[in-house]
Amino acid sequence: MSTLAEPLPAAPAARRPPTDWKDPAMLARVRRRYRSERIFRSVGLAALVFAVGFLGLLLVTMLQNGLGGFRQTQVKIEAVLDPTLLELGSDRSEEALESANYVAVYTRAIRDSLGSDATRVASASGWLALRERVMADPALLGQTVEIWVPVRSPIDQYAKGRIDPDIPPELSPIAPDQRAAYLRLKEEGLIRTGFNRTFLVTSDSKAPETAGIWGALVGSLMTIAVTLALAFPVGVLSAVYLEEFAPRNRWTDLIEVSINNLAAVPSIIFGLLGLAVFLNTMGLPRSAPLVGGLTLALMTLPVIVVAARAAIKAVPPSIRDAALGIGASRLQTVFEHVVPLALPGILTGTIIGVGRALGETAPLLMIGMKAFIVDAPRRITDPATALPVQIFLWSEDVDRGFVEKTSAAILVLLMVLLLINAVAIYLRNKYERKW
Amino acid sequence: MSTDTLARIASKQEAVDAPPLMTARDVHVYYGKKHALKGVSIDITRENVTAFIGPSGCGKSTFLRCFNRMNDTVDGARVTGRIELEGEDIYAPEMDVVQLRARVGMVFQKPNPFPKSIYENIAYGPRIHGLAASPQDMDEIVTTSLMRAGLWEEVKDRLQDSGTALSGGQQQRLCIARAIAVDPEVILMDEPCSALDPIATAKVEELIDELRGRYAIVIVTHNMQQAARVSQKTAFFHLGDLVEYDDTSVIFTNPKESRTRDYITGRYG
Ligand SMILES: Nc1ncnc2c1ncn2[C@@H]1O[C@H](COP(=O)(O)OP(=O)(O)OP(=O)(O)O)[C@@H](O)[C@H]1O
Ligand SMILES: [Mg+2]
Repeated sequence: MSTLAEPLPAAPAARRPPTDWKDPAMLARVRRRYRSERIFRSVGLAALVFAVGFLGLLLVTMLQNGLGGFRQTQVKIEAVLDPTLLELGSDRSEEALESANYVAVYTRAIRDSLGSDATRVASASGWLALRERVMADPALLGQTVEIWVPVRSPIDQYAKGRIDPDIPPELSPIAPDQRAAYLRLKEEGLIRTGFNRTFLVTSDSKAPETAGIWGALVGSLMTIAVTLALAFPVGVLSAVYLEEFAPRNRWTDLIEVSINNLAAVPSIIFGLLGLAVFLNTMGLPRSAPLVGGLTLALMTLPVIVVAARAAIKAVPPSIRDAALGIGASRLQTVFEHVVPLALPGILTGTIIGVGRALGETAPLLMIGMKAFIVDAPRRITDPATALPVQIFLWSEDVDRGFVEKTSAAILVLLMVLLLINAVAIYLRNKYERKW
Repeated sequence: MSTDTLARIASKQEAVDAPPLMTARDVHVYYGKKHALKGVSIDITRENVTAFIGPSGCGKSTFLRCFNRMNDTVDGARVTGRIELEGEDIYAPEMDVVQLRARVGMVFQKPNPFPKSIYENIAYGPRIHGLAASPQDMDEIVTTSLMRAGLWEEVKDRLQDSGTALSGGQQQRLCIARAIAVDPEVILMDEPCSALDPIATAKVEELIDELRGRYAIVIVTHNMQQAARVSQKTAFFHLGDLVEYDDTSVIFTNPKESRTRDYITGRYG
């Protein structure tokens, strides 16, 4: 008899007939198994088709409405850049050039080179193109230049065939004489519809034909940069600390629950918090990407913490043993072994958080990033707006030109998101290859 | 496996009388309320390979992990008693755990190379401990470690390949090479061959035999024949107790305790 342990209980000597694998009931079970698998597959496929279909629908609608925003009808004018008319004096400094009276030159150029009926064809803000030209090359002063300027929004819509030519004149957004002038200019070869560079390089404007996305794009990128610069390091460090260093007790449990809850708090509340803390208490500048970024960082932080913790948890413990076992310190173990292995997961989580932040509107409205701003911000403390806010602002305008711009801006936002995701996938693959 | 064969192999093992490098005195380990190791005392020498044997769950790994304080990383684990390395109490507050783990290396049951190149796997330890004076020096450390672990011939042309791309047996020898690259005094091996085929096992056993004398080696094994083949001292554990600790030749031919005899002859259970 063994001294080591109690003997095992004898296995029950059950006498059962051998299993009949060809039994009809057994075959029926097999058939049922195949059937449920088939059903599951078709349901899954249907779900996928449904999801992809919706995405496709969104994209097609946006492309249909928005592609026109990347094209603009223009009219060619001949402008005499007379310094006297520009009220320039002898000063040729940048400020002087910027504040010169281009409107006068522009108005005269339209009248003289196109005829007085053309004033209602060419855009009222077309002088901006003149200014841009002169600022780029002051040597043009005193000369006569040919320049393409945008036409007014309704004419643009008409030129793109978006206005039904048969609707009664009293309902049409263009007056009969306006249309006649347009048709005359077109006849003379002074009209063209081409790529709308203005949309990509200028900022908001009251007139849709000169409104651009650049300012909002820069505002968004600055905001996101601030968000990332704050939320990524703080989020990753918190996650590392919580996972690898913090003791497990009631306090850390409480913190964990709070963070998970924070990730689900509606964004408008973060906006209110940003308003109260950053603007009212700390007195940071209103409408600035700095404050927008800080506010969105608060919102993104919990997302990054949760994702980073999951990624760190997924690193096999044997790697920690291996590093500790040859005398790596805890810090070395964490930052030279665990974090690099968790990085793909951390990056994925960060991108999800940043993508969400990029599309966030409500908190930015709360901190005043909805002002009408005609210049792209140069510093993160300049007043700015952001892509989703710009989309929101334009979408409230009934002008057909802005409807088109809204969709075009959405396309730009989608492109930025796509780009960010592409970068994330690239980074993830790069780090995963090292495994 | 016949007991006679075991006895025949074991009787060839001659333990040398030597001063201990590490000593454990009255070591208890608790996991929370669970008393996993109950007052174990043992001496470990450079000259003799020590084998820990015993049924699953008896506390072999737990005890082994006391020698390099890997139990510190387990939540709720508590160690009492005294363990010394060359007369120094390794659980004393002034003992630096990082240095201790460099001096007392460990090879784990499951091969766990870093997901980095073969070269980097070996070079990592010497680098963090500042053992290489120059890149050439580092190359030499990597080369000799791989040679001593018997892996050099197989990997010398692909040092930049990932360590995880090696076979299981090669990975385990890579882990051994990684452990000896920091030039430890003691190497703790927790079932190093449990995932290996007989050929890879034989290589590791050969390796242990070659390393004996230079490093104090402790090996946990479930394979009685392996214990008989590689060790000169054997400790038999049961339910957290050290039942018997003696020369391998004595344990396998003429154990004092009946529990030891039952386990070795396979009458356990
Ligand atoms: N981290 C832990 N937490 C709680 N109990 C543990 C822990 N690790 C081990 N134990 C318990 O301590 C006892 C000894 O475990 P140990 O791993 O040392 O056994 P072992 O002899 O190495 O077994 P095996 O041969 O199966 O590896 C077991 O009863 C086990 O359940
Ligand atoms: Mg074990």
